[in-house]
Amino acid sequence: MSTGIYARRLTKNRIWLGLSVGAAAFGLFWLVLILGTLIWNGLAGLSIDVFTQMTPPPGSAGGLLNAIAGSLVMTVLAVAIGTPVGVLAGTYMAEYGRYAKLTFVVRFINDILLSAPSIIVGLFVYEIVVVPMGHFSGLAGSLALAVIVIPVVVRTTEDMLLLVPNTMREAAAALGAPRFFLISRVIYRAARAGIITGILLAIARISGETAPLLFTALNNQFWSVNLNAPMPSLPVVIFQFALSPYEDWQRLAWTGALIITAAVLSLSILARAVTVKGVER
Amino acid sequence: MNAITTLRAPVENPATREKVAIRDLSFFYGDNKALENIHLTAYERQVTALIGPSGCGKSTLLRILNRIYALYPNQRAEGEVWLDGENILDAGQDPNLLRAKVGMVFQKPTPFPMTIYENIAFGVRLYENLSRSEMDERVERALTRAALWDEVKDRVGTSALGLSGGQQQRLCIARTIAVKPEVILLDEPTSALDPISTAKVEQLIDELKRDFTIIIVTHNMQQAARVADRTAFFYLGKLIEEGQTSQMFSNPKDKRTLDYITGRFG
Repeated sequence: MSTGIYARRLTKNRIWLGLSVGAAAFGLFWLVLILGTLIWNGLAGLSIDVFTQMTPPPGSAGGLLNAIAGSLVMTVLAVAIGTPVGVLAGTYMAEYGRYAKLTFVVRFINDILLSAPSIIVGLFVYEIVVVPMGHFSGLAGSLALAVIVIPVVVRTTEDMLLLVPNTMREAAAALGAPRFFLISRVIYRAARAGIITGILLAIARISGETAPLLFTALNNQFWSVNLNAPMPSLPVVIFQFALSPYEDWQRLAWTGALIITAAVLSLSILARAVTVKGVER
Repeated sequence: MNAITTLRAPVENPATREKVAIRDLSFFYGDNKALENIHLTAYERQVTALIGPSGCGKSTLLRILNRIYALYPNQRAEGEVWLDGENILDAGQDPNLLRAKVGMVFQKPTPFPMTIYENIAFGVRLYENLSRSEMDERVERALTRAALWDEVKDRVGTSALGLSGGQQQRLCIARTIAVKPEVILLDEPTSALDPISTAKVEQLIDELKRDFTIIIVTHNMQQAARVADRTAFFYLGKLIEEGQTSQMFSNPKDKRTLDYITGRFG
Protein backbone atom coordinates (compact mmCIF):
# COMPACT_ATOMS: atom_id res chain seq x y z
CA MET A 1 0.00 0.00 0.00
CA SER A 2 1.38 3.36 -0.97
CA THR A 3 0.63 6.20 1.39
CA GLY A 4 1.61 8.60 -1.39
CA ILE A 5 -1.53 7.83 -3.42
CA TYR A 6 -3.68 8.14 -0.35
CA ALA A 7 -2.09 11.46 0.64
CA ARG A 8 -2.70 12.83 -2.87
CA ARG A 9 -6.33 11.75 -2.69
CA LEU A 10 -6.72 13.42 0.67
CA THR A 11 -5.30 16.68 -0.71
CA LYS A 12 -7.56 16.49 -3.76
CA ASN A 13 -10.50 15.83 -1.49
CA ARG A 14 -9.68 18.90 0.60
CA ILE A 15 -9.43 21.10 -2.47
CA TRP A 16 -12.78 19.98 -3.86
CA LEU A 17 -14.42 20.21 -0.48
CA GLY A 18 -13.04 23.74 -0.13
CA LEU A 19 -14.35 24.73 -3.58
CA SER A 20 -17.80 23.28 -2.88
CA VAL A 21 -18.11 25.00 0.47
CA GLY A 22 -16.86 28.23 -1.08
CA ALA A 23 -19.46 28.08 -3.86
CA ALA A 24 -22.22 27.33 -1.38
CA ALA A 25 -21.09 30.21 0.83
CA PHE A 26 -20.96 32.56 -2.18
CA GLY A 27 -24.56 31.72 -3.13
CA LEU A 28 -25.74 31.95 0.44
CA PHE A 29 -23.99 35.29 0.95
CA TRP A 30 -26.11 37.03 -1.70
CA LEU A 31 -29.25 35.35 -0.48
CA VAL A 32 -28.61 36.55 3.05
CA LEU A 33 -27.71 39.99 1.76
CA ILE A 34 -30.97 40.25 -0.20
CA LEU A 35 -33.06 38.94 2.68
CA GLY A 36 -31.23 41.23 5.10
CA THR A 37 -31.77 44.33 2.97
CA LEU A 38 -35.39 43.39 2.51
CA ILE A 39 -36.00 42.92 6.20
CA TRP A 40 -34.03 46.06 7.09
CA ASN A 41 -35.93 48.28 4.66
CA GLY A 42 -39.26 46.48 4.90
CA LEU A 43 -39.51 46.45 8.69
CA ALA A 44 -39.00 50.22 8.76
CA GLY A 45 -42.34 50.80 7.08
CA LEU A 46 -44.18 47.93 8.73
CA SER A 47 -47.05 49.08 10.90
CA ILE A 48 -50.70 48.28 11.45
CA ASP A 49 -51.55 50.95 8.86
CA VAL A 50 -50.07 48.75 6.14
CA PHE A 51 -52.83 46.21 6.75
CA THR A 52 -55.68 48.63 7.40
CA GLN A 53 -55.29 51.48 4.90
CA MET A 54 -55.46 51.81 1.15
CA THR A 55 -52.56 52.66 -1.12
CA PRO A 56 -52.06 56.42 -0.71
CA PRO A 57 -51.36 59.17 -3.18
CA PRO A 58 -47.76 60.40 -2.92
CA GLY A 59 -47.07 62.42 0.19
CA SER A 60 -49.90 61.11 2.35
CA ALA A 61 -50.15 58.24 4.78
CA GLY A 62 -51.57 54.92 3.72
CA GLY A 63 -51.12 51.19 3.56
CA LEU A 64 -51.41 48.20 1.26
CA LEU A 65 -54.78 46.76 2.30
CA ASN A 66 -56.37 46.95 -1.17
CA ALA A 67 -53.30 45.43 -2.80
CA ILE A 68 -53.15 42.59 -0.25
CA ALA A 69 -56.86 41.90 -0.68
CA GLY A 70 -56.59 41.98 -4.48
CA SER A 71 -53.65 39.58 -4.42
CA LEU A 72 -55.53 37.23 -2.12
CA VAL A 73 -58.69 37.30 -4.25
CA MET A 74 -56.84 36.69 -7.52
CA THR A 75 -54.57 34.01 -6.03
CA VAL A 76 -57.49 32.12 -4.51
CA LEU A 77 -59.47 32.27 -7.75
CA ALA A 78 -56.44 31.24 -9.83
CA VAL A 79 -55.82 28.25 -7.58
CA ALA A 80 -59.52 27.37 -7.61
CA ILE A 81 -59.43 27.29 -11.41
CA GLY A 82 -55.96 25.87 -11.91
CA THR A 83 -55.87 23.12 -9.30
CA PRO A 84 -58.78 20.96 -10.52
CA VAL A 85 -57.62 21.29 -14.13
CA GLY A 86 -54.04 20.50 -13.19
CA VAL A 87 -54.85 17.58 -10.89
CA LEU A 88 -57.24 16.01 -13.38
CA ALA A 89 -54.82 16.43 -16.28
CA GLY A 90 -52.01 14.96 -14.18
CA THR A 91 -54.32 12.10 -13.22
CA TYR A 92 -55.08 11.38 -16.87
CA MET A 93 -51.39 11.38 -17.71
CA ALA A 94 -50.29 9.14 -14.86
CA GLU A 95 -53.28 6.83 -14.60
CA TYR A 96 -55.67 6.55 -17.52
CA GLY A 97 -53.45 7.60 -20.39
CA ARG A 98 -50.07 6.53 -19.10
CA TYR A 99 -49.20 4.77 -22.34
CA ALA A 100 -51.21 7.04 -24.66
CA LYS A 101 -49.61 9.21 -27.32
CA LEU A 102 -51.69 12.15 -26.11
CA THR A 103 -49.86 11.98 -22.78
CA PHE A 104 -46.47 12.44 -24.40
CA VAL A 105 -47.79 15.41 -26.38
CA VAL A 106 -49.41 16.99 -23.31
CA ARG A 107 -46.31 16.43 -21.21
CA PHE A 108 -44.13 18.11 -23.84
CA ILE A 109 -46.45 21.11 -24.17
CA ASN A 110 -46.81 21.32 -20.41
CA ASP A 111 -43.06 21.48 -19.97
CA ILE A 112 -42.91 24.35 -22.44
CA LEU A 113 -45.71 26.14 -20.59
CA LEU A 114 -43.88 25.51 -17.32
CA SER A 115 -40.88 27.49 -18.50
CA ALA A 116 -42.73 30.06 -20.61
CA PRO A 117 -41.99 33.66 -19.55
CA SER A 118 -44.95 34.84 -17.52
CA ILE A 119 -45.21 38.08 -19.47
CA ILE A 120 -46.25 36.02 -22.48
CA VAL A 121 -49.03 34.51 -20.39
CA GLY A 122 -50.09 38.05 -19.53
CA LEU A 123 -50.13 39.11 -23.18
CA PHE A 124 -52.06 35.97 -24.13
CA VAL A 125 -54.78 36.65 -21.57
CA TYR A 126 -54.79 40.29 -22.61
CA GLU A 127 -55.61 39.21 -26.17
CA ILE A 128 -58.32 36.67 -25.33
CA VAL A 129 -59.94 38.27 -22.26
CA VAL A 130 -59.07 41.94 -21.82
CA VAL A 131 -59.51 42.99 -25.45
CA PRO A 132 -62.95 41.35 -25.92
CA MET A 133 -64.14 42.65 -22.53
CA GLY A 134 -62.87 46.11 -23.37
CA HIS A 135 -61.24 46.72 -19.97
CA PHE A 136 -58.78 45.35 -17.46
CA SER A 137 -60.24 43.17 -14.71
CA GLY A 138 -59.44 41.03 -11.69
CA LEU A 139 -60.97 38.12 -13.58
CA ALA A 140 -58.41 38.47 -16.37
CA GLY A 141 -55.67 38.64 -13.73
CA SER A 142 -56.94 35.47 -12.08
CA LEU A 143 -57.07 33.67 -15.42
CA ALA A 144 -53.50 34.69 -16.21
CA LEU A 145 -52.35 33.38 -12.83
CA ALA A 146 -54.39 30.18 -13.37
CA VAL A 147 -52.51 29.59 -16.62
CA ILE A 148 -49.31 29.67 -14.57
CA VAL A 149 -50.74 27.39 -11.86
CA ILE A 150 -51.87 24.66 -14.25
CA PRO A 151 -48.51 23.41 -15.59
CA VAL A 152 -46.98 23.38 -12.10
CA VAL A 153 -49.84 21.31 -10.71
CA VAL A 154 -49.98 19.02 -13.76
CA ARG A 155 -46.29 18.28 -13.43
CA THR A 156 -46.22 17.60 -9.70
CA THR A 157 -49.47 15.62 -9.78
CA GLU A 158 -48.19 13.38 -12.56
CA ASP A 159 -44.81 12.92 -10.91
CA MET A 160 -46.32 12.14 -7.53
CA LEU A 161 -48.84 9.66 -8.97
CA LEU A 162 -46.07 7.93 -10.91
CA LEU A 163 -44.19 7.50 -7.64
CA VAL A 164 -47.03 5.37 -6.26
CA PRO A 165 -45.93 1.81 -6.96
CA ASN A 166 -47.98 -0.24 -9.40
CA THR A 167 -48.30 -2.94 -6.79
CA MET A 168 -50.63 -0.56 -4.92
CA ARG A 169 -52.85 -0.21 -8.02
CA GLU A 170 -52.81 -3.95 -8.55
CA ALA A 171 -53.69 -4.60 -4.92
CA ALA A 172 -56.72 -2.30 -5.07
CA ALA A 173 -57.78 -3.58 -8.49
CA ALA A 174 -57.43 -7.15 -7.20
CA LEU A 175 -60.19 -6.42 -4.68
CA GLY A 176 -62.49 -5.51 -7.54
CA ALA A 177 -62.15 -1.74 -7.30
CA PRO A 178 -63.16 0.12 -10.48
CA ARG A 179 -60.55 2.49 -11.85
CA PHE A 180 -61.78 5.82 -10.51
CA PHE A 181 -62.57 4.39 -7.08
CA LEU A 182 -59.06 2.96 -6.96
CA ILE A 183 -57.52 6.30 -7.91
CA SER A 184 -59.61 8.48 -5.64
CA ARG A 185 -59.50 6.29 -2.55
CA VAL A 186 -56.07 4.72 -2.68
CA ILE A 187 -53.74 6.40 -5.14
CA TYR A 188 -54.65 10.00 -4.27
CA ARG A 189 -54.25 9.14 -0.63
CA ALA A 190 -50.81 7.68 -1.22
CA ALA A 191 -49.74 10.71 -3.26
CA ARG A 192 -51.59 13.32 -1.20
CA ALA A 193 -48.58 14.98 0.43
CA GLY A 194 -46.83 15.40 -2.91
CA ILE A 195 -49.87 16.80 -4.67
CA ILE A 196 -50.54 19.29 -1.87
CA THR A 197 -46.89 20.34 -2.00
CA GLY A 198 -47.27 21.01 -5.72
CA ILE A 199 -50.31 23.18 -5.13
CA LEU A 200 -48.52 25.12 -2.38
CA LEU A 201 -45.53 25.68 -4.63
CA ALA A 202 -47.84 26.89 -7.38
CA ILE A 203 -49.37 29.40 -4.92
CA ALA A 204 -45.88 30.53 -3.94
CA ARG A 205 -45.01 30.92 -7.61
CA ILE A 206 -48.00 33.09 -8.52
CA SER A 207 -48.06 35.22 -5.40
CA GLY A 208 -44.95 37.02 -6.62
CA GLU A 209 -45.87 37.25 -10.30
CA THR A 210 -46.07 40.79 -11.66
CA ALA A 211 -45.79 40.48 -15.42
CA PRO A 212 -49.00 38.52 -16.08
CA LEU A 213 -50.98 41.04 -14.00
CA LEU A 214 -49.69 44.20 -15.69
CA PHE A 215 -51.73 43.53 -18.83
CA THR A 216 -54.70 41.91 -17.17
CA ALA A 217 -55.68 43.14 -13.71
CA LEU A 218 -53.72 46.38 -14.13
CA ASN A 219 -53.94 48.13 -10.78
CA ASN A 220 -56.37 50.08 -8.69
CA GLN A 221 -55.51 52.57 -6.00
CA PHE A 222 -58.85 52.07 -4.27
CA TRP A 223 -60.45 49.18 -2.47
CA SER A 224 -61.91 46.83 -5.08
CA VAL A 225 -62.79 43.20 -4.96
CA ASN A 226 -64.96 43.51 -8.07
CA LEU A 227 -63.66 40.90 -10.48
CA ASN A 228 -65.09 42.87 -13.41
CA ALA A 229 -62.93 45.91 -12.67
CA PRO A 230 -59.19 46.58 -12.50
CA MET A 231 -57.82 45.05 -9.32
CA PRO A 232 -54.76 45.99 -7.31
CA SER A 233 -52.17 43.42 -6.33
CA LEU A 234 -49.06 43.50 -4.19
CA PRO A 235 -46.54 42.75 -6.96
CA VAL A 236 -47.91 45.42 -9.29
CA VAL A 237 -48.08 47.99 -6.47
CA ILE A 238 -44.50 47.17 -5.53
CA PHE A 239 -43.47 47.55 -9.19
CA GLN A 240 -45.20 50.93 -9.47
CA PHE A 241 -44.17 52.30 -6.07
CA ALA A 242 -40.57 51.12 -6.26
CA LEU A 243 -40.09 52.88 -9.59
CA SER A 244 -41.63 56.10 -8.30
CA PRO A 245 -39.53 59.07 -7.11
CA TYR A 246 -41.55 59.38 -3.86
CA GLU A 247 -39.81 58.16 -0.75
CA ASP A 248 -43.00 57.14 1.11
CA TRP A 249 -44.10 55.03 -1.90
CA GLN A 250 -40.69 53.41 -2.02
CA ARG A 251 -40.93 52.56 1.68
CA LEU A 252 -44.33 50.92 1.11
CA ALA A 253 -42.85 48.96 -1.81
CA TRP A 254 -40.16 47.56 0.52
CA THR A 255 -42.78 46.59 3.06
CA GLY A 256 -44.92 44.95 0.38
CA ALA A 257 -41.91 42.99 -0.82
CA LEU A 258 -41.27 41.83 2.73
CA ILE A 259 -44.90 40.70 3.09
CA ILE A 260 -44.76 38.70 -0.14
CA THR A 261 -41.43 37.15 0.78
CA ALA A 262 -42.71 36.18 4.21
CA ALA A 263 -45.84 34.64 2.66
CA VAL A 264 -43.87 32.68 0.04
CA LEU A 265 -41.35 31.55 2.62
CA SER A 266 -44.11 30.31 4.93
CA LEU A 267 -45.73 28.45 2.04
CA SER A 268 -42.43 26.81 1.16
CA ILE A 269 -41.83 25.79 4.75
CA LEU A 270 -45.39 24.48 4.95
CA ALA A 271 -44.83 22.54 1.72
CA ARG A 272 -41.66 21.08 3.15
CA ALA A 273 -43.42 20.12 6.36
CA VAL A 274 -46.24 18.45 4.42
CA THR A 275 -43.74 16.46 2.36
CA VAL A 276 -41.77 15.34 5.38
CA LYS A 277 -44.95 14.30 7.13
CA GLY A 278 -45.98 12.41 4.00
CA VAL A 279 -42.72 10.51 3.99
CA GLU A 280 -42.88 9.62 7.65
CA ARG A 281 -46.47 8.49 7.50
CA MET B 1 -50.11 -31.27 -23.03
CA ASN B 2 -53.35 -33.15 -23.47
CA ALA B 3 -51.54 -36.31 -22.53
CA ILE B 4 -50.73 -34.81 -19.15
CA THR B 5 -54.29 -33.84 -18.41
CA THR B 6 -55.48 -37.37 -19.16
CA LEU B 7 -52.64 -38.93 -17.19
CA ARG B 8 -53.76 -37.03 -14.12
CA ALA B 9 -54.00 -39.22 -11.03
CA PRO B 10 -57.52 -39.77 -9.72
CA VAL B 11 -58.61 -37.20 -7.21
CA GLU B 12 -58.58 -38.49 -3.65
CA ASN B 13 -61.78 -36.86 -2.58
CA PRO B 14 -64.48 -37.75 -5.10
CA ALA B 15 -66.63 -34.87 -3.94
CA THR B 16 -63.99 -32.42 -5.14
CA ARG B 17 -65.22 -30.27 -7.95
CA GLU B 18 -63.32 -28.52 -10.68
CA LYS B 19 -63.22 -24.85 -9.70
CA VAL B 20 -60.84 -23.26 -12.16
CA ALA B 21 -60.29 -25.03 -15.45
CA ILE B 22 -57.55 -23.62 -17.65
CA ARG B 23 -57.81 -24.84 -21.20
CA ASP B 24 -55.38 -24.32 -24.05
CA LEU B 25 -54.19 -21.06 -22.56
CA SER B 26 -51.39 -19.02 -24.10
CA PHE B 27 -50.16 -15.62 -23.01
CA PHE B 28 -48.23 -12.90 -24.78
CA TYR B 29 -46.22 -9.91 -23.60
CA GLY B 30 -46.29 -8.03 -26.89
CA ASP B 31 -44.95 -10.58 -29.36
CA ASN B 32 -43.26 -12.57 -26.67
CA LYS B 33 -45.06 -15.79 -25.82
CA ALA B 34 -44.82 -16.35 -22.08
CA LEU B 35 -47.19 -19.29 -21.72
CA GLU B 36 -47.97 -21.99 -24.23
CA ASN B 37 -51.11 -24.11 -24.37
CA ILE B 38 -51.62 -24.59 -20.67
CA HIS B 39 -54.13 -27.15 -19.46
CA LEU B 40 -54.57 -27.15 -15.73
CA THR B 41 -57.39 -27.63 -13.25
CA ALA B 42 -57.64 -26.28 -9.73
CA TYR B 43 -60.10 -28.11 -7.51
CA GLU B 44 -62.51 -26.59 -5.08
CA ARG B 45 -61.20 -26.25 -1.54
CA GLN B 46 -57.79 -27.52 -2.43
CA VAL B 47 -54.43 -25.82 -2.59
CA THR B 48 -52.78 -25.93 -5.99
CA ALA B 49 -49.14 -24.91 -6.08
CA LEU B 50 -47.42 -23.61 -9.18
CA ILE B 51 -43.67 -24.17 -9.07
CA GLY B 52 -40.79 -23.71 -11.46
CA PRO B 53 -37.69 -21.61 -12.00
CA SER B 54 -37.85 -17.82 -12.43
CA GLY B 55 -39.35 -16.76 -15.72
CA CYS B 56 -41.20 -20.03 -16.25
CA GLY B 57 -44.57 -18.32 -16.43
CA LYS B 58 -46.09 -19.38 -13.12
CA SER B 59 -46.74 -15.81 -11.92
CA THR B 60 -47.98 -14.89 -15.38
CA LEU B 61 -50.54 -17.69 -15.18
CA LEU B 62 -51.70 -16.48 -11.78
CA ARG B 63 -52.13 -12.95 -13.13
CA ILE B 64 -54.42 -14.25 -15.86
CA LEU B 65 -56.80 -15.86 -13.39
CA ASN B 66 -58.04 -12.49 -12.09
CA ARG B 67 -57.19 -10.66 -15.31
CA ILE B 68 -54.94 -8.27 -13.43
CA TYR B 69 -52.68 -8.33 -16.48
CA ALA B 70 -55.35 -6.30 -18.27
CA LEU B 71 -54.20 -3.19 -16.35
CA TYR B 72 -51.27 -3.03 -18.75
CA PRO B 73 -51.18 -2.55 -22.50
CA ASN B 74 -49.79 -5.10 -24.94
CA GLN B 75 -50.55 -8.09 -22.75
CA ARG B 76 -52.88 -10.67 -24.19
CA ALA B 77 -54.28 -14.05 -23.22
CA GLU B 78 -55.61 -16.63 -25.67
CA GLY B 79 -57.56 -19.71 -24.71
CA GLU B 80 -60.11 -20.37 -22.01
CA VAL B 81 -60.24 -20.10 -18.26
CA TRP B 82 -63.42 -21.52 -16.83
CA LEU B 83 -64.59 -20.46 -13.42
CA ASP B 84 -67.84 -22.15 -12.40
CA GLY B 85 -68.86 -22.68 -16.01
CA GLU B 86 -68.04 -19.18 -17.22
CA ASN B 87 -65.05 -18.29 -19.35
CA ILE B 88 -63.47 -15.35 -17.55
CA LEU B 89 -61.56 -14.37 -20.67
CA ASP B 90 -64.80 -13.66 -22.55
CA ALA B 91 -64.92 -10.03 -23.57
CA GLY B 92 -68.29 -9.62 -21.84
CA GLN B 93 -66.94 -10.56 -18.41
CA ASP B 94 -66.50 -7.58 -16.08
CA PRO B 95 -62.97 -7.73 -14.66
CA ASN B 96 -63.96 -5.98 -11.43
CA LEU B 97 -66.72 -8.46 -10.63
CA LEU B 98 -64.30 -11.26 -11.47
CA ARG B 99 -61.69 -9.83 -9.09
CA ALA B 100 -64.23 -9.65 -6.30
CA LYS B 101 -64.65 -13.41 -6.77
CA VAL B 102 -60.97 -14.20 -7.33
CA GLY B 103 -58.86 -12.44 -4.70
CA MET B 104 -55.11 -12.02 -4.86
CA VAL B 105 -52.28 -11.56 -2.39
CA PHE B 106 -49.00 -10.29 -3.76
CA GLN B 107 -45.37 -11.04 -3.20
CA LYS B 108 -44.69 -7.84 -1.31
CA PRO B 109 -47.23 -6.74 1.29
CA THR B 110 -49.32 -3.93 -0.17
CA PRO B 111 -51.12 -2.20 2.69
CA PHE B 112 -53.05 0.88 1.61
CA PRO B 113 -52.03 4.17 3.26
CA MET B 114 -54.97 4.14 5.65
CA THR B 115 -55.90 2.56 8.97
CA ILE B 116 -55.91 -1.18 9.53
CA TYR B 117 -59.70 -1.04 9.77
CA GLU B 118 -60.07 0.94 6.55
CA ASN B 119 -57.75 -1.44 4.73
CA ILE B 120 -60.22 -4.26 5.38
CA ALA B 121 -63.36 -2.19 4.93
CA PHE B 122 -62.17 -0.80 1.58
CA GLY B 123 -62.82 -3.98 -0.37
CA VAL B 124 -66.01 -4.84 1.50
CA ARG B 125 -67.55 -1.43 0.76
CA LEU B 126 -67.07 -1.94 -2.96
CA TYR B 127 -69.83 -4.49 -3.21
CA GLU B 128 -71.69 -4.48 0.09
CA ASN B 129 -73.55 -1.86 2.05
CA LEU B 130 -72.98 -2.80 5.67
CA SER B 131 -74.00 -1.02 8.84
CA ARG B 132 -71.27 0.13 11.15
CA SER B 133 -71.71 -2.84 13.49
CA GLU B 134 -71.85 -5.34 10.63
CA MET B 135 -68.68 -3.83 9.23
CA ASP B 136 -66.99 -3.96 12.65
CA GLU B 137 -67.86 -7.62 12.85
CA ARG B 138 -66.67 -8.32 9.32
CA VAL B 139 -63.36 -6.60 9.98
CA GLU B 140 -62.85 -8.47 13.24
CA ARG B 141 -63.68 -11.81 11.63
CA ALA B 142 -61.34 -11.24 8.70
CA LEU B 143 -58.51 -10.23 11.03
CA THR B 144 -59.21 -13.20 13.29
CA ARG B 145 -59.17 -15.62 10.39
CA ALA B 146 -55.90 -14.11 9.22
CA ALA B 147 -54.47 -14.71 12.73
CA LEU B 148 -53.84 -11.00 13.17
CA TRP B 149 -56.68 -9.87 15.43
CA ASP B 150 -54.91 -10.56 18.72
CA GLU B 151 -51.94 -8.53 17.61
CA VAL B 152 -53.82 -5.50 16.33
CA LYS B 153 -57.17 -5.40 18.12
CA ASP B 154 -56.12 -2.38 20.21
CA ARG B 155 -54.94 -0.39 17.22
CA VAL B 156 -57.21 -1.07 14.25
CA GLY B 157 -57.64 2.70 14.01
CA THR B 158 -53.94 3.30 13.39
CA SER B 159 -52.09 3.31 10.08
CA ALA B 160 -51.50 -0.08 8.51
CA LEU B 161 -48.07 1.14 7.45
CA GLY B 162 -46.94 0.81 11.08
CA LEU B 163 -47.27 -2.97 11.01
CA SER B 164 -44.33 -5.32 10.51
CA GLY B 165 -43.86 -7.01 7.13
CA GLY B 166 -45.36 -10.29 8.33
CA GLN B 167 -48.31 -8.49 9.87
CA GLN B 168 -48.83 -6.45 6.71
CA GLN B 169 -48.98 -9.62 4.65
CA ARG B 170 -51.55 -11.16 6.98
CA LEU B 171 -53.47 -7.89 6.75
CA CYS B 172 -53.48 -8.28 2.97
CA ILE B 173 -54.79 -11.81 3.37
CA ALA B 174 -57.47 -10.53 5.77
CA ARG B 175 -58.39 -7.83 3.29
CA THR B 176 -58.76 -10.44 0.58
CA ILE B 177 -60.89 -12.86 2.57
CA ALA B 178 -63.08 -10.05 3.92
CA VAL B 179 -64.69 -9.61 0.51
CA LYS B 180 -65.56 -13.34 0.57
CA PRO B 181 -63.98 -14.45 -2.67
CA GLU B 182 -64.24 -18.03 -3.93
CA VAL B 183 -60.70 -18.37 -5.17
CA ILE B 184 -57.58 -16.87 -3.60
CA LEU B 185 -54.44 -16.39 -5.65
CA LEU B 186 -51.21 -16.15 -3.68
CA ASP B 187 -48.18 -14.87 -5.57
CA GLU B 188 -45.13 -15.93 -3.57
CA PRO B 189 -46.81 -14.61 -0.43
CA THR B 190 -43.96 -15.45 1.92
CA SER B 191 -40.90 -14.59 -0.15
CA ALA B 192 -40.49 -11.25 1.65
CA LEU B 193 -41.14 -12.70 5.12
CA ASP B 194 -38.98 -14.17 7.87
CA PRO B 195 -39.35 -17.88 8.79
CA ILE B 196 -41.72 -17.26 11.71
CA SER B 197 -44.06 -15.10 9.64
CA THR B 198 -43.80 -17.65 6.84
CA ALA B 199 -44.87 -20.44 9.17
CA LYS B 200 -47.86 -18.35 10.27
CA VAL B 201 -48.93 -17.69 6.70
CA GLU B 202 -48.56 -21.37 5.77
CA GLN B 203 -50.66 -22.38 8.74
CA LEU B 204 -53.18 -19.84 7.59
CA ILE B 205 -53.29 -21.31 4.08
CA ASP B 206 -54.13 -24.68 5.62
CA GLU B 207 -56.98 -23.06 7.52
CA LEU B 208 -58.30 -21.13 4.57
CA LYS B 209 -58.61 -24.05 2.20
CA ARG B 210 -61.64 -25.20 4.17
CA ASP B 211 -63.54 -22.34 2.57
CA PHE B 212 -61.54 -21.20 -0.42
CA THR B 213 -59.92 -22.62 -3.49
CA ILE B 214 -56.29 -21.57 -3.27
CA ILE B 215 -53.71 -21.29 -6.02
CA ILE B 216 -50.23 -20.42 -4.82
CA VAL B 217 -47.10 -19.56 -6.73
CA THR B 218 -43.98 -20.39 -4.79
CA HIS B 219 -40.25 -20.53 -5.32
CA ASN B 220 -39.91 -22.67 -2.27
CA MET B 221 -40.42 -26.35 -3.00
CA GLN B 222 -40.65 -27.31 0.64
CA GLN B 223 -43.48 -24.83 0.90
CA ALA B 224 -45.30 -26.44 -2.02
CA ALA B 225 -44.78 -29.84 -0.43
CA ARG B 226 -46.09 -28.55 2.90
CA VAL B 227 -49.20 -26.68 1.83
CA ALA B 228 -50.36 -27.95 -1.56
CA ASP B 229 -52.73 -30.78 -2.41
CA ARG B 230 -51.70 -30.62 -6.03
CA THR B 231 -48.60 -29.20 -7.64
CA ALA B 232 -47.90 -28.10 -11.19
CA PHE B 233 -44.37 -27.70 -12.49
CA PHE B 234 -43.69 -25.09 -15.17
CA TYR B 235 -40.62 -24.68 -17.29
CA LEU B 236 -40.02 -22.14 -20.04
CA GLY B 237 -43.68 -21.22 -20.37
CA LYS B 238 -44.93 -24.77 -20.52
CA LEU B 239 -46.66 -26.96 -17.99
CA ILE B 240 -44.32 -29.93 -17.68
CA GLU B 241 -46.19 -31.98 -15.14
CA GLU B 242 -48.95 -31.71 -12.58
CA GLY B 243 -50.56 -34.01 -10.09
CA GLN B 244 -50.92 -34.90 -6.44
CA THR B 245 -48.20 -33.13 -4.50
CA SER B 246 -47.04 -36.34 -2.82
CA GLN B 247 -46.72 -38.08 -6.15
CA MET B 248 -44.99 -35.09 -7.78
CA PHE B 249 -42.35 -34.96 -5.10
CA SER B 250 -41.83 -38.69 -4.59
CA ASN B 251 -42.23 -39.99 -8.09
CA PRO B 252 -42.21 -37.33 -10.81
CA LYS B 253 -42.80 -38.59 -14.32
CA ASP B 254 -40.71 -36.04 -16.19
CA LYS B 255 -36.95 -35.87 -15.84
CA ARG B 256 -37.07 -32.05 -15.77
CA THR B 257 -39.40 -32.12 -12.78
CA LEU B 258 -37.06 -34.50 -11.00
CA ASP B 259 -34.08 -32.27 -11.78
CA TYR B 260 -35.89 -29.22 -10.47
CA ILE B 261 -37.21 -30.69 -7.24
CA THR B 262 -33.87 -32.27 -6.47
CA GLY B 263 -32.23 -28.90 -6.93
CA ARG B 264 -30.24 -29.74 -10.03
CA PHE B 265 -31.35 -26.52 -11.70
CA GLY B 266 -33.53 -23.50 -11.04
